[in-house]
Amino acid sequence: MCERCAVEKDIYLPRLATLEKKRLMNPTEMYLRLSIDDGEPFDFIPGQFVEVSIAGFGEAPVTISSSPTQKGYFELVVRRIGNVTNAIHRLRIGDKIGIRGPLGKGTYPVEEAKGKNVIFICGGIGLVPQRSFINYILDNRADYKELAVLLGTKCMAQRFFHSEIDGWSHRSDIRFMETIDQADDCWLGNVGVVTTLIPKIEKELESGLVFICGPPVMYKFVLMALQEAEVPRERIFMNLERKMKCGVGKCGHCQINNYYACIDGPVFRYSDLRIAPEAI
Amino acid sequence: MRTVTIDKNAFRRFVDAVIKQQRVIGVCAKGDRFDFDLIESADQLRLDYDVTLQPPKKYFLPPVETLLTYEVGDSYKSVYDDTPFVLLGVHPYDMVALNQLDKLFTQDNFDTHYMKRRHNATIVACDVISPSKNVFASSMGTATVKNGFDVLLTDIGNAFVMESGSKKGDGFIAKAQDATDSNEKDLQARQKIQAENEKRLNVHKLKCEASYLPKLLEGAYNHPVWEEKAQTCFSCGSCNLVCPTCYCFNVQDDVNWDFISGKRDRAWDGCLLDGFTKVAGEHEFRKKRADRFRHRLYRKCKYVPEKISSRIMSCVGCGRCVGACLPDIANPVKVYNRLVDDLGIK
Repeated sequence: MCERCAVEKDIYLPRLATLEKKRLMNPTEMYLRLSIDDGEPFDFIPGQFVEVSIAGFGEAPVTISSSPTQKGYFELVVRRIGNVTNAIHRLRIGDKIGIRGPLGKGTYPVEEAKGKNVIFICGGIGLVPQRSFINYILDNRADYKELAVLLGTKCMAQRFFHSEIDGWSHRSDIRFMETIDQADDCWLGNVGVVTTLIPKIEKELESGLVFICGPPVMYKFVLMALQEAEVPRERIFMNLERKMKCGVGKCGHCQINNYYACIDGPVFRYSDLRIAPEAI
Repeated sequence: MRTVTIDKNAFRRFVDAVIKQQRVIGVCAKGDRFDFDLIESADQLRLDYDVTLQPPKKYFLPPVETLLTYEVGDSYKSVYDDTPFVLLGVHPYDMVALNQLDKLFTQDNFDTHYMKRRHNATIVACDVISPSKNVFASSMGTATVKNGFDVLLTDIGNAFVMESGSKKGDGFIAKAQDATDSNEKDLQARQKIQAENEKRLNVHKLKCEASYLPKLLEGAYNHPVWEEKAQTCFSCGSCNLVCPTCYCFNVQDDVNWDFISGKRDRAWDGCLLDGFTKVAGEHEFRKKRADRFRHRLYRKCKYVPEKISSRIMSCVGCGRCVGACLPDIANPVKVYNRLVDDLGIK
């Protein structure tokens, strides 16, 4: 009877994916490598997320951490914090899980950033979604100007992606700086919150696009530091996390004033959020 | 599209004939109030009702519905409810609300679960005969409705005028053998009732044009009224529950006793409930009652109308929340009028 119902896919129906690899990266973060079973293409833009479905537990939204330049599989990093994410941690290699997506129209501005400086400011697992675009830039390095990545982590035990970020710190085409909020004697690097690194990238900031992702408390302080550095709001992007259920703009949980984190985001341009006081 | 007149006794016979062929859901008495329910005879039908306890949205977005089933480690399968039915006696404000839900469930991403039910329904709307004690549809521009229905009924005293609004409606009317094309007199009688309704369904009078509300709210975000009203809010979500345009839902898995098979359900949720925005790790994005109270009234008259580019607000003036709210703070008109008083109309 309904013509569109006959052709439209069920937006709530997950596809099956197979868990290919998993590795506990620190006490709470699990790295997962997945491949989609149906063989249909899984094309995404950095910043998009998937709804991970564990039968019997439910779904959790997770941003894809790998770059779309890596074909045939995708990577997620999941913090063990609720029912679904704990179930994800218990998965075994070869297990089938449900995937919906890629979702989200608010992605990293892959095209707009071309020919410009690109700066990533990450707090803890805020590195996970940013990593998709960072590696995308590294794989298309000639398209972008200076690349700087600042990472702040709460404590030594929560550091992750050790070998990958070690690789970044030895490359000449990426400026990687790391700091630990509270470090012990064994740490020889920077100590303090991530904002302490911002004065060091003054030159990159002059004409660059800035991408922020971290815990809710971090945004305010980073934005204050960027305001001091006179970075206009149009050049600042934020990755926002909200409670999400449907992931497709219906259920209402992720609403940030007039925006939906799931369809308008999860990456937002700061100047667009002027009318959304709930954002931060 | 035909417009016909049918005598009330003939209409009853007609409804009984329809009941023999199809599921018919109509407005029935529930004690001294009314609600939509499955009807077995036209005698149960009460088209003179004031307002139903629940809006008709539950027939398209049920309080709980199964979206899909699964077996652990195997694929997921969509579940659809595919039974055609007639929904008889939808008031204009509720019809406007359904029109909005149609847009919301097809915009951005097409929701096949909602739309299958929607296309299985023949909606017979009806103009209001007895205004309810809290209705303010006239203020919201929803006292009459021009589209969305398959058939629109108007009680003109001894008979009903039936207007078809769709092909489905044409088919429905064609089954009414005793109906004759409406004459000028009947159409004038109907016109008079509709014109009156556009004025009289107005127990709570809004002090500005409804279309001004998005602009009014633009400058009202930090107004003290949110905090003041929310002081007595129970966060019970009753206002969400009875609202014809509230459609937020939760999605939950339910596993069977074998721990292998199960289903994924969606169930109504409410933005006034504590925990609506709480993520794992206990961070809650709208923690304060005032934030949630404000969110509902912004959704009704700013966020949703702007999302679907509608000149008609998502508060359709049914007045159900006014009656459902125990501390008596939910009345949207009282809040909006207070803002008009304090901020003026610019």
